[in-house]
Amino acid sequence: MSRGRIFNIAIPLIAILLGMLVGGIIMLVSGYDPISGYSALFKGILSEPFYIGETVRAMTPLILSGLAVAFAYRAGLLNIGVEGQVLVGWLAAVYVGIVVEAPMIIHLPLAILSGAAAGALWAFVPGLLKAKFHVNEVIVCIMMNYVGYHVVNSIIRAYLIVPGERTDNIQPTASLESEFLQTITEFSRIHYGIVVAILACIFMWFLLWKTSLGYELRSVGFNQHASRYAGMSVGRNVMITMTISGSFAGLAGAMQGLGVYGYMTILTGFTNIGFDGIAVALLGANSSIGIFLSAFLFGGLKSGAGTMQSQAGVPIELIDIVIALIIFFVASSYIIRWVLLRIQKKKEGNQ
Amino acid sequence: MSLMAILALVVPAAIYAAAPLMLTALGGLFSERSGVINIGLEGLMVVGAFSAIVTTLTLEAAGVGAISTWIGLLAAVVIGALFSLIHGVASIHFRADQVVSGVAINLLAVGLCVFLIKFMYGKGQTDYISNRFYRFDVPVLSDIPVIGPMFFSSTYITSFMAIALAVLVYFIIYFTPFGLRIRSVGEHPQAADTMGINVTRMRYIGVMLSGAFGALGGAALAVTVTGNFSGTTIAGQGFMALAALIFGKWHPLGAMGAALFFGFAQALSITGAQIPMLSGVPSVFLLIAPYVLTILALAGFVGRSEGPKALGSAYLKGSR
Repeated sequence: MSRGRIFNIAIPLIAILLGMLVGGIIMLVSGYDPISGYSALFKGILSEPFYIGETVRAMTPLILSGLAVAFAYRAGLLNIGVEGQVLVGWLAAVYVGIVVEAPMIIHLPLAILSGAAAGALWAFVPGLLKAKFHVNEVIVCIMMNYVGYHVVNSIIRAYLIVPGERTDNIQPTASLESEFLQTITEFSRIHYGIVVAILACIFMWFLLWKTSLGYELRSVGFNQHASRYAGMSVGRNVMITMTISGSFAGLAGAMQGLGVYGYMTILTGFTNIGFDGIAVALLGANSSIGIFLSAFLFGGLKSGAGTMQSQAGVPIELIDIVIALIIFFVASSYIIRWVLLRIQKKKEGNQ
Repeated sequence: MSLMAILALVVPAAIYAAAPLMLTALGGLFSERSGVINIGLEGLMVVGAFSAIVTTLTLEAAGVGAISTWIGLLAAVVIGALFSLIHGVASIHFRADQVVSGVAINLLAVGLCVFLIKFMYGKGQTDYISNRFYRFDVPVLSDIPVIGPMFFSSTYITSFMAIALAVLVYFIIYFTPFGLRIRSVGEHPQAADTMGINVTRMRYIGVMLSGAFGALGGAALAVTVTGNFSGTTIAGQGFMALAALIFGKWHPLGAMGAALFFGFAQALSITGAQIPMLSGVPSVFLLIAPYVLTILALAGFVGRSEGPKALGSAYLKGSR
């Protein structure tokens, strides 16, 4: 294997190890037992069918939000507005799930697609502004997160509220819930959304690597100026990229609305699905398979955190710290790369 | 309701809501003027609120009186500056994507602070501090007609502090050699380097000042508005401060004005129900106003807002 390929695998692994290591040190310093903490964590990820089900449940939206970030990144854009796109996608899917009456074969796809469409619309705004006015998409995305948050809350409050500060339940014809999957996982909250997420992974891979549109998007991501010289419309590609990226994010919201909860509550804060998507995409090196694996890791950490808290007494926030640290280390991969090169050179020098 | 009565209701509330935004935006200004994007302002505010509340509670328990809140603010400034070093090292030395590093700062701050709160107090939020900053009437000045009730009655000391600091930062940025250096490394680090300015050091100072000011902003919010700390004490104010910075075109007084305007929008969304003219307007329009205006400002509809030229790029010595 070439040095580049080894590094591409080694860097995420080193980042994970460093993140867990610092997390362990924090546990140690604050008087928790890192060994029992981490063993409870891993037990909470895969040890029983119930935990497996919960891990899959937690990784489903993360796959999609990770795809959203990665897809934009491939075209040289940072979609940091995934969080807002998730929220509007969630609301749109639940809304269609409540008000439309149709057989499942129409109703369910319609609800899922309306989630995707809402997310796409939310991401189109920064895409349009970037393409037409050369506005940095990062800031617009952040602002759109807050606009989405307030708009979604006020729509629920004004039109959809039922007792309990939430919307009504969606109709069974729009539900992704699966009695079969629940039964085999001892009644976890697993649902058919994982199928949607896997299909989305395949879709992104196919779109990026097997179509000319994907070629253009990647080319714009590599070098805008060269792509423009080659006759590609950079602005058009930016808008298309953001729209597709946003529809992945909207799907992530739809999974929560149609699969896990069956409704949407008035939010008291962000869900963090979007922000965790940045971590998933970074760690997964923006590839479909990498995103699937890193979503499994982060979903597992999130779902195992509860077990860690109940069995070892470690507050679940430790997992947020570990995830933040992993983001740091992957983002700072330059230094890891540098250290690895130094070590390699030393070895070669000794021979 | 007379116009005066409305203004006497809204203006103090606006200034009060604006003070934390102003302080935090000034922090963002130092960092971004030196060329380092700081999406992590929100996290820096969280750290500030946490440090101020925990320090104050600890000192109060030890029998220190009203001064403990002030020491709490000071602790927030120091801890904020140190915490921001994580962002500094990642984005200046390790060449991390500054936006991604900022996102990590936000996640890390909330996770770490809530973790520590649970570890120290065994629950997700702290008790309330006893020596909160309360509203007070400025003697003499509050008796002035018109201006008195609007600016000097039932006001907070943090508001005056924020405005004074904004003016001070304006002088530092535009009228001191230090300010010139900060601006030069954000506009053209190569040229600054050629002139013998240590780009790395200036950027570290910029980031640490952003930590100090951001934490002070979070602390000011905690000791006036909430009085305690939990994971939801800071809910978006850091991003609103970032919006104020951009809307104010990276200028200290502009940021101050934008923060006041956003504070005004916040005050209207809270007091709107009491104002006859606004009671029909859904509060969501006022809630989203700061963000929508920032988007419009960026698109050039309300005067184009352009950031420092070298913002977001790591400086590699020897590159052109």
